[in-house]
Amino acid sequence: MSDAASDIAKLPARGALYPAGVPAAVRLAGPWIALALLFLLLPLVFASGSALTMLSLMGIMIVFALSYNMLLGETGLLSFGHAVYYGLGGFLTVHAMNAVIRDGLPVPLPLLPLVGAAGGLLFGIIFGSVSTRRAGTAFAMISLGLGELVASSSLILRGFFGGEEGVSTNRTKLLHLFGLNFGPQIQVYYLIAAWCLVCMAAMYALRRTPFGRMCNAVRENAERAQFVGYNPQVVRFIAFSLAGLFAGVAGALAAINFELVNSAAVGAEQSGLVLLAAYIGGIGNFAGPVIGAIIVTWLEVMLSDVTEVWQLYFGLLFIGMVMFAPQGIAGLIMVHEPLWQARAYGSMLWLAVTYLIALLPALVCLAGAIVVIEMTYHISVKASDGPAISLFHLTLDTTSVKSWLAAAVLLGGGFVLFRLTWPLVGAAWHDAFVEARGAGRAK
Amino acid sequence: MTAPAIALADVHKNFGATKIIRGVSLDVPVGERHAIIGPNGAGKSTLFNLMSGRLTPSSGTVRLDGEDITGLPPHEINRRGLCRSFQVTNIFPRLSVWENVRCAVLWSLGYRYAFWRGIDSLADARERTETILKAIDLIDRRRVQAGVLAYAEQRALEIGITIAGGAKIILLDEPSAGMSAAEAARAVALIRKVSEGRTLIMIEHDMDVVFDLADRISVLVYGEIIASDVPAKIKQDAAVQTAYLGAAA
Repeated sequence: MSDAASDIAKLPARGALYPAGVPAAVRLAGPWIALALLFLLLPLVFASGSALTMLSLMGIMIVFALSYNMLLGETGLLSFGHAVYYGLGGFLTVHAMNAVIRDGLPVPLPLLPLVGAAGGLLFGIIFGSVSTRRAGTAFAMISLGLGELVASSSLILRGFFGGEEGVSTNRTKLLHLFGLNFGPQIQVYYLIAAWCLVCMAAMYALRRTPFGRMCNAVRENAERAQFVGYNPQVVRFIAFSLAGLFAGVAGALAAINFELVNSAAVGAEQSGLVLLAAYIGGIGNFAGPVIGAIIVTWLEVMLSDVTEVWQLYFGLLFIGMVMFAPQGIAGLIMVHEPLWQARAYGSMLWLAVTYLIALLPALVCLAGAIVVIEMTYHISVKASDGPAISLFHLTLDTTSVKSWLAAAVLLGGGFVLFRLTWPLVGAAWHDAFVEARGAGRAK
Repeated sequence: MTAPAIALADVHKNFGATKIIRGVSLDVPVGERHAIIGPNGAGKSTLFNLMSGRLTPSSGTVRLDGEDITGLPPHEINRRGLCRSFQVTNIFPRLSVWENVRCAVLWSLGYRYAFWRGIDSLADARERTETILKAIDLIDRRRVQAGVLAYAEQRALEIGITIAGGAKIILLDEPSAGMSAAEAARAVALIRKVSEGRTLIMIEHDMDVVFDLADRISVLVYGEIIASDVPAKIKQDAAVQTAYLGAAA
């Protein structure tokens, strides 16, 4: 009996990560201390102004995407209007900042995200009490309706939303503590990083509470949750309100970062962006939305510099993920976990090699696709600029048959080669899993 | 005199013009093992749905320990001490076996919607979950996703979720359906064990299981209870013979 009890006591721990004897407090706090150090040291590596801006945007998006995943991933609620709580949190923060400045109140900037949190929570409670009565399609439609409602009122209620130009502020005019005026981006980065860390830890902890587990239970089978004593509407309502709170923090951080909030912050595009980030990263795993937020922010900033049709690539990426990897990037990583657990390192190495072999033609195919897309865009929209475009440090003549032929060869040839090399990956997978299962039996 | 564990008084249920339950009155005393039998389409599962709050009666009342629970939602009825299983397995498929049972013990231990307590630090929830998993013989499968369990294991988990909250009244809807003879025998032993000291109502087609387990049997035919008595009397009842047992044999 006591043997079994101690065996059960070990259950929640993910054994393999730590050697035996590591205290529980270290197991719990270790990853967060490591993450804090990473956040602390990142600006040393990425020191340029644009890199700091990018990191700040990523931190905001991580909070936003994780808050969204409290709905979609944890509770199974597909929302098309999550930007409402992000945007309203941002607007309330901007107004609070301006009030603090106007009245000379002794409030330092780092506390202002609390206003966003309160605002997000408040509107989460108000709109959540309506929309969480239903799940599934009805919930999704109500979220879309509420999103449109707030987005359209942002153009009507000019006093609060500031009309087309939005509401601006000056983050340096608040009370300065420890000589921090939050003028330089590096100071703003650390403010965002600190709040991001706190929110990440809080949202992670929330999953491991009775409420967090019942969110999963309601997602899986709301009816059964009712027959073990839980009201699914209450579970959804609390999840929705708390997701609003964290979205409000993200909105507040964005307001501080840009010193401006306009109606786009509450709009459908922003709601769509957070859905994409969570989904591309993977909604079934806590790390998923974090990965998704980083990738989506990076793509948004980088791609929009490189190409004018960056949203098209964005859409293609999303479609590709939905079709071929619905578990997201985190899910793609996690399918390798059994191999890792079984210590089938040899098989994993060979698997990695086959990935590289298949990746090469895939990249060639992708390059062909990019050339076709860019040349098509050029001749249909920008033909008046002349026939030449610059791609991959090459100058291509969009009117010449040779360019199109070359693109077609890259696209088609890459695809054929990819299809030829892909079975290698499949075979390597098969072998690796046979080995992993064998190792599992031997243990 | 103590009130019956569950008491139905002239309960009717219509779906449109179709009368599914046509005036059922049934008292099940505390601590009894009661079986409901009857041909397919007699309304047995509908009767369970009416008792557990999945459906609301068109007329009539349902009382739990003397308290009128007619029209209450399922979670309210569950909180008053009634839990049920389902004919078609109804579990949390992508949660582990462990989480399935733990979710089912949380409310009865008073944790409600707590989002400020770490779930792994709740020793009583852990112990109760462990006890249940041992009782249903799934302790070694606790890390497995419930959806990938074998059928008989899922049925056992279904029973485990049903008893996990410590309900006084347990409703089991065809607990041995689709099982082999050996699996059914194990299910009977399990049901006997877990229903000790509780009131049990079960729907069952397997007559061996019924006569083995039940203290009393009610026969439901076309939405009406035509007989309700101890197993020995039910076997001899002429009306039951023609309506059900005879037809089945």
